[in-house]
Amino acid sequence: MAMKWLSKWRLLSLFTMLAFVLSGCGLPHLSTLQPAGEVAQTQYDLMVLSTAIMVGVIVVVTVIFLIVLFRFRRKDDKIPKQVEGSHKLEIIWTVIPILLLLVLAVPTVKATFDLADVEAMDQKNEEGKTDALVVNVRANLYWWEFEYPNEEIVTSQELVVPTDEKVYFNLKASDVKHSFWIPAVGGKMDTNTDNVNKFWLEFDSAAADEAGELFYGKCAELCGPSHALMDFKVKTLPRDEFDQWVADMQDVKEPAVAQTPKAQQGQEIFNNSCIGCHAVTPANTTPEAARMAPNLTNFGERDYVAGLITMENNEENIKEWLRDPEKYKPANKMTGTYGELSEDELDALAEYLLGLKVQE
Amino acid sequence: MHAEEKMTYEKWPAAPEKQTLEAKNKFLGFWFFLGGETVLFASLFATYLALKDRVPSADHALAKDLFEMPLVFLMTMILLTSSLTSVYAMYHMKNFDFKKMQLWLGITVLLGFAFLGLEIYEFNHYVHEFHHTFTSSAFSSAFYTLVGFHGAHVTFGLAWIIALMVRNARRGLDLYNAPKFYVASLYWHFIDVVWVFIFTVVYLMGMVG
Amino acid sequence: MSTYAQKRGFGATLWDYLTTVDHKKIAILYFIAGGFFFVLGGIEAMIIRIQLAIPNNDFVSAGFYNEILTMHGTTMIFLAAMPLLFGFMNAIMPLQIGARDVAFPFVNALGFWLFFFGGTFLNLSWFLGGAPDAGWTSYASLSLASEGHGIDFYVLGLQISGFGTLMGGINFLVTIINMRAPGMTYMRMPLFTWTTFVASSLILFAFPPLTVSIFMLMFDRLFGSNFFVTAAGGNTIIWEHFFWIFGHPEVYILILPAFGIFSEIIPVFARKRLFGYSSMVFATVLIGFLGFMVWAHHMFTVGLGPIANAIFAVATMAIAVPTGIKIFNWLFTAWGGSVSFTTPMHYALAFIPSFLMGGVTGVMLAVAAADYQYHDTYFVVAHFHYVIVGGVVFAVLGGLQFYWPKMFGTMLNETLGKITFWLFFAGFHLTFFIQHFLGLWGMPRRIYTFLPGQGYELSNLVSTIGALLMAVATVVLVINIIITVKKNERIGNDPWGDGRTLEWAIPSPAPFYNFKQLPLVRGLDPYWIEKMEGKKGMTPAEPLGDIHMPNSSIIPFIMSFGLFVSAFGVMYRLDYAWGLPVLIIGLVITFGSMLARSLKDDHGFHIHKEDLIDDDNEKGVKA
Repeated sequence: MAMKWLSKWRLLSLFTMLAFVLSGCGLPHLSTLQPAGEVAQTQYDLMVLSTAIMVGVIVVVTVIFLIVLFRFRRKDDKIPKQVEGSHKLEIIWTVIPILLLLVLAVPTVKATFDLADVEAMDQKNEEGKTDALVVNVRANLYWWEFEYPNEEIVTSQELVVPTDEKVYFNLKASDVKHSFWIPAVGGKMDTNTDNVNKFWLEFDSAAADEAGELFYGKCAELCGPSHALMDFKVKTLPRDEFDQWVADMQDVKEPAVAQTPKAQQGQEIFNNSCIGCHAVTPANTTPEAARMAPNLTNFGERDYVAGLITMENNEENIKEWLRDPEKYKPANKMTGTYGELSEDELDALAEYLLGLKVQE
Repeated sequence: MHAEEKMTYEKWPAAPEKQTLEAKNKFLGFWFFLGGETVLFASLFATYLALKDRVPSADHALAKDLFEMPLVFLMTMILLTSSLTSVYAMYHMKNFDFKKMQLWLGITVLLGFAFLGLEIYEFNHYVHEFHHTFTSSAFSSAFYTLVGFHGAHVTFGLAWIIALMVRNARRGLDLYNAPKFYVASLYWHFIDVVWVFIFTVVYLMGMVG
Repeated sequence: MSTYAQKRGFGATLWDYLTTVDHKKIAILYFIAGGFFFVLGGIEAMIIRIQLAIPNNDFVSAGFYNEILTMHGTTMIFLAAMPLLFGFMNAIMPLQIGARDVAFPFVNALGFWLFFFGGTFLNLSWFLGGAPDAGWTSYASLSLASEGHGIDFYVLGLQISGFGTLMGGINFLVTIINMRAPGMTYMRMPLFTWTTFVASSLILFAFPPLTVSIFMLMFDRLFGSNFFVTAAGGNTIIWEHFFWIFGHPEVYILILPAFGIFSEIIPVFARKRLFGYSSMVFATVLIGFLGFMVWAHHMFTVGLGPIANAIFAVATMAIAVPTGIKIFNWLFTAWGGSVSFTTPMHYALAFIPSFLMGGVTGVMLAVAAADYQYHDTYFVVAHFHYVIVGGVVFAVLGGLQFYWPKMFGTMLNETLGKITFWLFFAGFHLTFFIQHFLGLWGMPRRIYTFLPGQGYELSNLVSTIGALLMAVATVVLVINIIITVKKNERIGNDPWGDGRTLEWAIPSPAPFYNFKQLPLVRGLDPYWIEKMEGKKGMTPAEPLGDIHMPNSSIIPFIMSFGLFVSAFGVMYRLDYAWGLPVLIIGLVITFGSMLARSLKDDHGFHIHKEDLIDDDNEKGVKA
């Protein structure tokens, strides 16, 4: 896969993106103003409609306001005529806003129902599975888990989805309330501790192309000190590549055996200190409560360490993270769960982790 | 007319609780206070209904297991009667019959204590027979909070009426304390009305299941 | 103020204010305490903006930032904005309706001291192990997970101050209904009185749900109950509903009195009666009513389903109609008028476009489907600051300049006032306008830092510079106040020259009994009517007679102090052996003083007619 190359490309094109920011639209992989899917597009259209109506109101008020400001300054000591009011005017500025709001209310109600249409999640085939792609999102104190119930695999931090089709989500939180948000692709929905929320998103291939096949996702609900850093990424693939990815993931039945001696040393350390929380097989058979930390099956193929865009996935950053996760995500649940690691051990772990790949 | 003026039967007005501006303010302000209290209890009722029978596991008692009609019916009758006796008290207050007013207020207080005693017995019963404690489930927390808030109101009402009876035992009625008695009795009626709702929503609907 | 201190000695003045039941002095107490908390909340805001000035900043830690953001919101809403508005209500409303006092002077004092001790308790958390850190909304799953006692301070502090607010609300309601001067019919009441009335009814019905939810959170955290504990059958969404059933009307509790203040300022400086008075009253009542129907628009992303979301979306849009009516009525009050650009008028005129911005983004937020994008982003932060700063803070600053002479008998400096205004106005728009875009570009709210490379750098820096300007503006205001108090140039009844309502018909500051003889009100803007007929003052509605006044009392202070003490007991009950005794002692103090109050008769006193005649040449408040 050309992910690494793509991320370089992204860096190079940063300046063109800055141009977008300056023009007021934000970055294509991050901004609600560059909709990259049906949901975001619907919402963007509503934004444009409501803004247009509101700018109309503002213009009217501003004109009256400026006239008041300049024409009715006090010039002499005369007492102006005391006007009680005007029924005609008052009716005008009651009725016109009502009409404007009706224009806005109709598409609002329609879109609200459209975006909540998750009927496809209930339509099960003979295997008891849905034909539509469903992802179970579980939000945890500062990381995200993505389970594909039909495909029976689990991944974390980087959601992988096919483009140009509806993807359905089950959303919940395992500790405190979070909120699941991929700004460029569609509005957010809360992950509650009480119930499972459902919604759908669609990832547009052309827009994904422009965004470098990688969207930024964020937690939108205050959830503790590292709320700001509870980011995730969304990797978009054409349907056939997505199927390939699923098959590759499903192929991992046992933890992959490290290839180099250094990596083998790393795997040993991993098996002693890390595997209690971090799985390296993607099967969703482990109960949720035991899935206490991000699944690392395909860690070597992810773009960032801990989902942080400042921590590109390389040896140096993995070691940095392992040395002191607290420095990068305050109050995370990983700090203090393992003893101090020597430089040699860090090297070994980093090599092992970078080698965790499912695709050729 | 000064509020503290010594009163006689002849001078006593028809609406002694609303003679002075202070009394009118007190009267109106108290009605507003009861409005706020209504919203407070409405919120507690809403919480109770949302959390009714919400328990962590099947071995916890539910509403249909807990409540017993005879006891709750008795409590309801006692509180309803106490509302009636406080009406008698106010009737005598309006007729400037201080002794009879005190007598009926005394009966009201006794009934109030009887109600409280039964409520304590009831709670105790749930705790020991069903392990239905304040902390055992969301249902129990909501139940004890709703019914307990009412119980606390009863307690406060009793303390209030007793304080008024003791304070004014020697000096009798005047236009200064008439509104105080009247407002206290309003409060007592309010408590009674809330109980009627508790009886319906918590107990009757609970037993039906 | 300071002049009295010199004349009477500090101790006597302090005792006077601790025991006062005079609404004008209680107003001053509200201004002092509210102003202090406003500065405190402002400092917290500055810390937020400094931290966010550059990406990956480490000016404060993540945990501390969450405490700062929680306390900024909580302080500004509960301890600054509301008390400052209560200050105006106390200082002005009784004068506007021609009353000698409020309906319950004792309860009025009690309300202040409860707020004061509640706010103090909440802020002591800074020194006692850390402030609350779950946001001012304190959503239940996070607030239950929060360690330490921060959230307990939030719960107990707000509970105590909330009781105070509720009492204040009832007091104003009864005052307005029962104590209007002869001829002051409902449809002759000044708009500020009307908005006080509607805001007070909102308080009456909105605070009990907050009380209940705070009780439940307290029980869950300190007494082991399970309202919000999902594992035991609890439900955290209940908290969200209650919080917003309170929280949305709370927004109108803040903004309606602000509308009221502007509705007083604009006619005075446009020399023209308020355009469409009856529709203004109607709009106020309607906004208050609709305010209870829209709370779930704060919860569009919670997953209530499309039916609930659609209903609440449309209901929310409906509020734009009465608000729009108000905007146009203000504009047309000035239209055809003779507009004088004083400092208060600067605020009032700047308010119209600023608030309009907050209003239109409010309608945009009401579009439920689009709100999924705006919700919990900086777009929302920008929106509610446009409403609350552009509405409420402008009203407080403008109202302060406007009513300062009525409260203290001196005028704030106009030049410094205008400097404050322009700095604040520029800083405000610089800070918050760009935040709309930050939100649309994907920046969530309540984040302690942002990572570089997301296009947020420049805009955040601009925002921080704007905040600095507002801070400088506040400093200029404080300097203005100090200079004014030092100079102490006394002014007459109607210092702005065009006062229309009753408060401008009596001396500045008002004597402690307000009106020697209750005035006869002959229409809307009663003082203006008399002036236009060439009279110097109001026609009295009664012969000069004895005036009945309430006695001062220290009991409100002690009663509130008892709850303050018991709050410590509740909180530390499980940690220390002294917790329970302290809890009991506190309650004994409170209920003991309540008992003392009901056992000891308080008939007040009378000012005799002869003293009132002697008083003619004297000025100033005396007790």
